[in-house]
Amino acid sequence: MRHVFSVRIGPVGFRVGSAWRAPIAQLETLYADYPKPDVPDFSVRLFPARPWRRVIRPSVTIGGDFMLPDAAPLPLEQGLLAAEMGMNLQMALGQRRYLLLHASVVERDGRALLMTGVSGAGKSTLAALLAARGWRLMGDEFALLDPATGLVHAFPRLVSLKNAAIEVVTRALPEARFGPLLAGTPKGDVRHLVPDAAAVAAMDVPVPPALLLFPGYGFAAEERAVPPSEVFVRLTQASTNFVALGERGFDALARLVKTVPARAIDYPDTDSAVAQVEKLWAAL
Amino acid sequence: MPDPLYRMARAEALRIVHLDSFIAVFHRDSGLTHLLAAPAPEIMATLGEAGLSRAALAARLAAEFELADLDDAALAERLDELVACGLVAAA
Repeated sequence: MRHVFSVRIGPVGFRVGSAWRAPIAQLETLYADYPKPDVPDFSVRLFPARPWRRVIRPSVTIGGDFMLPDAAPLPLEQGLLAAEMGMNLQMALGQRRYLLLHASVVERDGRALLMTGVSGAGKSTLAALLAARGWRLMGDEFALLDPATGLVHAFPRLVSLKNAAIEVVTRALPEARFGPLLAGTPKGDVRHLVPDAAAVAAMDVPVPPALLLFPGYGFAAEERAVPPSEVFVRLTQASTNFVALGERGFDALARLVKTVPARAIDYPDTDSAVAQVEKLWAAL
Repeated sequence: MPDPLYRMARAEALRIVHLDSFIAVFHRDSGLTHLLAAPAPEIMATLGEAGLSRAALAARLAAEFELADLDDAALAERLDELVACGLVAAA
């Protein structure tokens, strides 16, 4: 590939090759403070579906070690999003070392808070807002649970903020670095937040999980305990590689479910959510 | 037809974790995970590896557990399901 970028995010190394300079230049800027991998675990390729689509109405097809055959290409202006989606795709389809849970993770006092839920439940937003209040951001997309130790490893890639979350988080973090506003993507408006220096500096420090949260946005503030059997089912659904990991995945999940308390919270606005989270954490 | 003998799958083929009223079972032979609610955990525990006929199983379940809705037809259905997913063997 003409243009290449490598980065290590937590324990995972990526190599992104691109037919265009622009997405690579954006990755270099946004991941400037991240280390390089010794050997990349996964490759992502951004390429034109037909040779002429490199220049005429350029559109980016996402490829790599693992591919989705039906993934629609993105316009070149959304090349950064394509690269991020490509990295997520490699993790979702190829990661075997860790049990992957679709969750955002923040850390305080050496313990991790995992927030999981459907898209739009506010995982990324809550993680970013908690980071603004001094929590360490460990990731907004995947929690990496090590079956051997039960510890959660950080995967602090760029935080993908969508639609209304963009303004909420830019207001809460005026000093933070952001990528360009990508308007009209398949996910709506997207803007990437660069994790702060503390998140990057500590990304090799795994911590034990202490609380599992299932946030739900748009309801009156409420909270309930979630029984282990329900947590187990929800987390098998929130994992992209539970089946692939076989018994290691089963044991890792069973251990998490049996040892870590779980709560579902409903929240009408992000301020309430942050207050609910802080209250639950203080009561642990 | 004689009443078949039902046995729980070999203990070494199963990894069982108790979660509130459910059990999560990892079935090593198929690599599948099953989440079982009453009366399936009770059926498996009662059968054990020695095995029981359905009539003997029904009597033991009635004596040891309060499984109000478990008539003979329902028990036969539950056993068929457990046999289908490999957690119980019929011979």
